[in-house]
Amino acid sequence: MDTCIKKIRALAADLLDKGEVERVIGFAKGTIPMATSPIAIGSKQEIEKLVFNSICGLNLANFVTKQKGKTAIIAKGCDSRNIVTHIVENQIKRDEIYIIGVPCTGMVDKFKIASLFKDEITQFEEAGDTLTVSSLSQTQTLNKQDYLRENCSLCTHRNPVLYDVLAADLVEEQVLENPFPDVDRIEALDPDARWEHFENLTKNCIRCYACRNACPICYCPTCFVDEAGPQWVGKGQNKTDVDTFHFLRAFHCAGRCTDCGACVEACPMGINVRDFTRKLNKDTLEMFGWEAGLDLTKRPPLDAYSPQDPNDFIK
Amino acid sequence: MKFITIDKKDWTKGIDKSRKTYQLFGPVKDENGCKIKELDKDLAPEMDYHESVMSAKSVLFPQTETLLTANLDESVEDHHIMKRAKNEYTPRAVLGIRPYDAKAILLVKLNFDTDEYRDPYWCDAYEATTLVGLGITHPGPFDFSTSVGSGPFGEEGLDILMADLDDHYLAKVLTPKGEAYAAACGFDAAADDKESQALFDILQLEAEKNITSRVETDKLKDKALLDLHEAPFWDDIAFACINCGTCTYVCPTCWCFDIQDETKQKQSSRFRNWDTCMSPLFTRHATGHNPRGAKVQRVRQRFMHKLKYFLDKYDQGIMCVGCGRCVKSCPVNIDIRQVAHTMNTFEKKD
Repeated sequence: MDTCIKKIRALAADLLDKGEVERVIGFAKGTIPMATSPIAIGSKQEIEKLVFNSICGLNLANFVTKQKGKTAIIAKGCDSRNIVTHIVENQIKRDEIYIIGVPCTGMVDKFKIASLFKDEITQFEEAGDTLTVSSLSQTQTLNKQDYLRENCSLCTHRNPVLYDVLAADLVEEQVLENPFPDVDRIEALDPDARWEHFENLTKNCIRCYACRNACPICYCPTCFVDEAGPQWVGKGQNKTDVDTFHFLRAFHCAGRCTDCGACVEACPMGINVRDFTRKLNKDTLEMFGWEAGLDLTKRPPLDAYSPQDPNDFIK
Repeated sequence: MKFITIDKKDWTKGIDKSRKTYQLFGPVKDENGCKIKELDKDLAPEMDYHESVMSAKSVLFPQTETLLTANLDESVEDHHIMKRAKNEYTPRAVLGIRPYDAKAILLVKLNFDTDEYRDPYWCDAYEATTLVGLGITHPGPFDFSTSVGSGPFGEEGLDILMADLDDHYLAKVLTPKGEAYAAACGFDAAADDKESQALFDILQLEAEKNITSRVETDKLKDKALLDLHEAPFWDDIAFACINCGTCTYVCPTCWCFDIQDETKQKQSSRFRNWDTCMSPLFTRHATGHNPRGAKVQRVRQRFMHKLKYFLDKYDQGIMCVGCGRCVKSCPVNIDIRQVAHTMNTFEKKD
């Protein structure tokens, strides 16, 4: 993936040069190791600011709405699925966006890498699948495939599903025997243990809403937790209120979540927010044969009625 | 000034002894990282942590804190009258905090304890609290505390400053509160003041040498407020911001709060929660009008408050102690050091 940046820059420069787009949205190098920052490039002179590597874990589809004029976006598989979702849900129009597709080989789990070190990481470099990570006291060489984010290791849509141009050759899609081992683990717990799992998951939540705000499908003008008249949820650190936020947000994402992992990427506390949405992804796949963001012509399953919908719940 | 040595073998025993009179707080590690939390019985503070996601701010200013309560049962005398909540202000000690977190408490104090107004909740908690800091022998790469008037061995705001010397701590007792706490632990092995101070000086010098990160603020004071406010760079800084509250919640100096009322059956309570200027709700009026309705206005507010308004109002430096938490935790890597540089070097074009 590190070589495709030249192609990305060339494509972006060309688009800006010809005036085909107003801006190119991509990732810029971070000011600290293992960080990148979404950026909008408006001129060819800034093109060197664009980077693409294994720490571009946020979802850029979150930044393309409400832009004036045509926007180009650097899109991994998941970003492209959220662009499809945005188009289906009327958040953007297809002709307002130019998609520079980037076949992806996965993003790395920063928390997992950080946990290998006693002190803070001062340097992060990657060459192919080899990651060289240093702190003040030690350097470790890691295999990227061992440190992928969980959603990336379970991803079956690494190639962009919708694009105007590709910045690299398509990659081979993973074929998984079981795409939901994480859900299975939780499902196997008895009800008390399952409840405890979710209670534990949110025990350190500070309600900063980074998960929600990093999520491209969380675009409600006023989120239910921010509604003041009537106020649906308490705003304090009361555990029931904290959990209510997470549970309801997950249900609101049912059949729309692409498992891009931006929520987990953004969480300052390292909470695996995906544990809330994954079961719903599994259910929509099993019940409706549906994966979000693959088809511009179909509405999400909970957004449309079909006589073929599963009716097993009616006894 | 008084120095004492504390053998690490006696540390847990000593602090356990202090639990008779003190409620203890300290760094606690779990699967989500390290936070400063209340130490339950038998839980010792994690003294060798290298970073804590959350600061010690919450000890004096909990994320949710009940202020007033009222009984709504009309058969009771004083029903519907709000009274101050019965919060505990028994002595508490915060162990092993970073010196910059103590300095941050002094900055927060400027807001909660003024000549015109004294926030009783924060101030009562502050008066009940003893702050026991641990000098940072190996500062991390994000620590820029020395360029904002604190440092790895900064004493400001602390009651005791300790240095980790492998098998023992050398503690400098800075205030009567610190003396009382050391006594409650039974730590009384006096060390030579002169020698100990010399050792502290060396440790401080060595630690400060390792700080490579810094922030520039020297020209901010002389910049015209409106020039900075109207500067052209805010859109670029704000582009990546997702308007979450991470930076403000992890910040040891951010003090803004929101007040909420809740009623459960016949009990009503009024409490405050940390609020964040990143949220559109922060400034939305009851009419629906929002003076900071756009993201860029909110991002500008955060940096203008920290780096300009605070500086102008109090003349005590910027509202930042250089802990680097916001730099590390920001999901989109908005870096206060870079913003400060941009503001500090900004020249208005005529």
